[in-house]
Amino acid sequence: MDWAGILSESARQFVGIQAMYFAIAAIGLNIHFGFTGLLNFGHAGFLAVGAYGLGVTVFWLEWPWWVGIIVGLLASIVFALILGIPTLRLRADYLAIVTIAAAEIVRISVRTTALADVTGGSNGLNGFNRDFTALNPYNDSFLGFRPDQLWPLTVGWIIVLLSVGVTYLLMRSPWGRVLKAVREDEDAARALGKNAYSIKMQSLILGGIFGALAGMIWVLAQGSIQPSPQDFGAPKTFFIWVAMILGGTGRLWGPVIGSMIFSALLQFTDLTLRGAVSAGYIPEWLMDGVQVGQMRFILMGLGLMLLMVFRPQGIFGDRREMALDV
Amino acid sequence: MSEQELNPVFEGVSPTAGSAKPDAILTADKVTRRFGGLTAVNVDHLEIQRGVITGLIGPNGAGKTTFFNLMTGFDTPDEGTWNFDGIDVGKLPAHVVARKGMVRTFQLTKALSRLSVIDNMKLGAMQQTGESFFKAFVKGLWSAEEKAIEQRADELLERFKLTHMREEFAGTLSGGQRKLLEMARALMTDPKLIMLDEPMAGVNPALTQSLLGHVKSLRDEGRTVVFVEHDMDVVRDISDWVVVMAEGSVIAEGSHASIGANQAVIDAYLGTSHDQALDFNEEDGEDA
Amino acid sequence: MAGLFLFPASAGAQDDSGFTGTITVTDGEGEKTPAEGIRFFVEDAGSLVGEGVTDADGVFFIPVPAGTYSIAVDIDSIPEGITLRNPDRPQLDDLDINDGQSRNVLFPLLGEGVVSTVGAGGDGLATRALRLAIDGIIFGLIIAMCSIGLSLIFGTTGLTNFAHGELVTVGALGALLFNSTGGFGIHIVLAAILAVLLAAAAGGVNEKFLWRPLRRRGTGLIAMLVISIGLSILGRYVLLYLAGGNRQKYEQFGTQTPFEIGPVSMVPRDLWIIGLSVVTLVLVALAVQRTKTGKAMRAVADNRDLAESSGIDVDRVILTVWVIGGGLAGFGGVLFGLNQGIRWDMGFELLLLMFAAVTLGGLGTAYGPLFGSLIVGLFINLSTLVVPPEVKNVGALLILVVILLVRPQGLFGQRERIG
Repeated sequence: MDWAGILSESARQFVGIQAMYFAIAAIGLNIHFGFTGLLNFGHAGFLAVGAYGLGVTVFWLEWPWWVGIIVGLLASIVFALILGIPTLRLRADYLAIVTIAAAEIVRISVRTTALADVTGGSNGLNGFNRDFTALNPYNDSFLGFRPDQLWPLTVGWIIVLLSVGVTYLLMRSPWGRVLKAVREDEDAARALGKNAYSIKMQSLILGGIFGALAGMIWVLAQGSIQPSPQDFGAPKTFFIWVAMILGGTGRLWGPVIGSMIFSALLQFTDLTLRGAVSAGYIPEWLMDGVQVGQMRFILMGLGLMLLMVFRPQGIFGDRREMALDV
Repeated sequence: MSEQELNPVFEGVSPTAGSAKPDAILTADKVTRRFGGLTAVNVDHLEIQRGVITGLIGPNGAGKTTFFNLMTGFDTPDEGTWNFDGIDVGKLPAHVVARKGMVRTFQLTKALSRLSVIDNMKLGAMQQTGESFFKAFVKGLWSAEEKAIEQRADELLERFKLTHMREEFAGTLSGGQRKLLEMARALMTDPKLIMLDEPMAGVNPALTQSLLGHVKSLRDEGRTVVFVEHDMDVVRDISDWVVVMAEGSVIAEGSHASIGANQAVIDAYLGTSHDQALDFNEEDGEDA
Repeated sequence: MAGLFLFPASAGAQDDSGFTGTITVTDGEGEKTPAEGIRFFVEDAGSLVGEGVTDADGVFFIPVPAGTYSIAVDIDSIPEGITLRNPDRPQLDDLDINDGQSRNVLFPLLGEGVVSTVGAGGDGLATRALRLAIDGIIFGLIIAMCSIGLSLIFGTTGLTNFAHGELVTVGALGALLFNSTGGFGIHIVLAAILAVLLAAAAGGVNEKFLWRPLRRRGTGLIAMLVISIGLSILGRYVLLYLAGGNRQKYEQFGTQTPFEIGPVSMVPRDLWIIGLSVVTLVLVALAVQRTKTGKAMRAVADNRDLAESSGIDVDRVILTVWVIGGGLAGFGGVLFGLNQGIRWDMGFELLLLMFAAVTLGGLGTAYGPLFGSLIVGLFINLSTLVVPPEVKNVGALLILVVILLVRPQGLFGQRERIG
């Protein structure tokens, strides 16, 4: 087994594209759940809405990519409103159910043949990132990343830092104080004149914007959008959840560190299992190539459960400060 | 107030349920709330006098907390209207009612455990510029206001003797300290009417006197206080006026002395068939 | 090699630049099989620079240096009866290839006889509506069977069990294991009974070894909700791992001769599903209303502490709820499998519909799920009269949103008290 290769490849994933856009998405989810206590289980829907908002605008309307970004952001605001208006006055469980359903609906809608004229159906969209890639200043590879990867990586990680900054500014302000209060006990906050519904909606919108940004930077990096379940469906949402909880909810850097570790870990287990299968350590009848890919989900589901049971505060979290009763 | 003295503002006010007050800050009319087949609240008419301490008593299940919930917007009635300080607050949501100056505390204290004591206090201040989403980013827009709020908070903490716990998480406070915190925090809102739901519940006797003193000081500042209590000594000690509820309705009002002698009140607490003396005759105990 | 689909395109696994893709044929039930022998041409400004053919897994790779190209499928290489899904687009133009980039392209194919999904002609509107209504009722009964457990578990423990779909799948897959010739080869009726017992046991194991210990250590409901989501993922992918991704059928009652009832044609299997469901649901309803256990269940759902202090063994009641809920879900899974085939994620597919049904009927109530399920089943099936079938589940979400706006406690639930 090529351990050197496996370790170096996994280490690269600490700062790779997946870690990058996961970090942005997880920062958004952290605002929803870590700081506000909202159960958003359809975060992939925000990624999809952002990505398609951008892709459709550039591909069909042939407007500049920065207009596409604005469209994607507006679309995510609308999506957040659709999710929030019926559910934010009710119990937490309802938001969970509605968000899962809504994300699934978004995914089905973008791949249905009926809307294919706009969304590209199950083919997805290609080639809308030309203007973005044209700005690429890099010519050489670095750390094993090609020049065409380095550009979105740079932009993306800058966005990560800016997002952390935005979160920091908000959470240390009186707005952040009200949010923490609403998270813990909505009625107490209302009795002090705070509009709990309104601030929850603002939080939903803000976290959704980060999700849309993550979706957009990701498809700009890839150059295409494919509406497969892995890309914009439940699996992606759950990956982001695990990354967030791993790092520690309700903490500033938790989602970033969690995403980095998670991406590296995912790559490591994948490569190790594949290596073990091709080297013969794991017999073919026990695990074939396809099943290796499924292993990551099995481990992730197990990981999420173990995390929640034994260390729900993740790496950086403070158990006393958690939004959950754990 | 001792048993004999009656606050002079109540001179001439009839000690009957639903009586008119010279300067009512809260007036409620025909307020009803039903849960399935059960009528939890059915208040025909009630007026709360401004600037005094009114005690709201009654047996368990009388509807006192539900009445609080309705008045402050935490629940919606089936019928009824009520005015606070001249404004119809019937359809307003809870946080707007609080902003208008009618603030309530909760039976089970809601000290926000995961915030520090000082943050709890600062939270109480209303209309903070920094609480608005876009302004929150620019510290310069709200830092002066924040300092002023912090100063006010520290003064209140001093008054309620909680300064030494300033930086601690509210979750580490004792039960009695949490009651003090909730009261102090409510004061940060600068309320006109403060409704205390069982402020003495679960508080040790040593702390009770201190709390009573604070409640009286609220009135002396010019605020109106309504509080729910079961402890009759407390009620006697600080109420200027007493309202009695039973089975959802107001059955009596008056000074503490007149309430104590009121037949309807006795009936409510003890049950109606009491004209026979309670008899613990030994002979009746054993089987024949 | 099929694993290529699971990795992001920029995994950097290959050093050669070029075009790649996995070409599949989709049949009438949405199943994809790899297409071998499909040829592709890559052109640069009109001149041919590369070509390739898909292998047995449907995968092709055409190496080209960095540049801008068009890629087109060779129509002649597509077998008889199979068509391009987008016949107007056999070619993609202006695609950039960068150094070391292996770019994925899609050219989906449709199987024999599969046509575009919208607007089937032939039957009149009334006939179609009637057929859809019957399908809707069948589907609704299946949803009802599966979701009773969900509602009761919520009622007695407060847990929103996101792993409930997996109990359904366990039932269906269990019956498949017992029934299929590769498995135990038992007749489906007996296999179904065994599967229901298996699912009931799974429910019991869930409660005894996971939820009860968590309740004991005071884990909050939201944390448990997240744990149930983790369990759902774990369960689903283990089932996928073990059973594979293809849709399968039971050995018996598969293809049957339809007979006419009035204007619609039905198969005996439909009637059996309806009959068995109705009988089971009625029995369950009666049991909840009349038996001691049923009353205990309702007492615990209403007020756990009060039930406990009146001598009810709450843990035992909760275990009963899980076992019965699991068994019913498993039974629903078998019926669902008979009706629409068996897949590893069939339970998860159903989960959203179950939530819609239970929310509509009233979380925690006994009759709620039944009415909610029938309404959901009818609505989404009839909605295909106006929307394409693959989006019909959207109807369930709409129901969910409307109910939450208008009457969040559902048809039969009680409004909640604050304070």
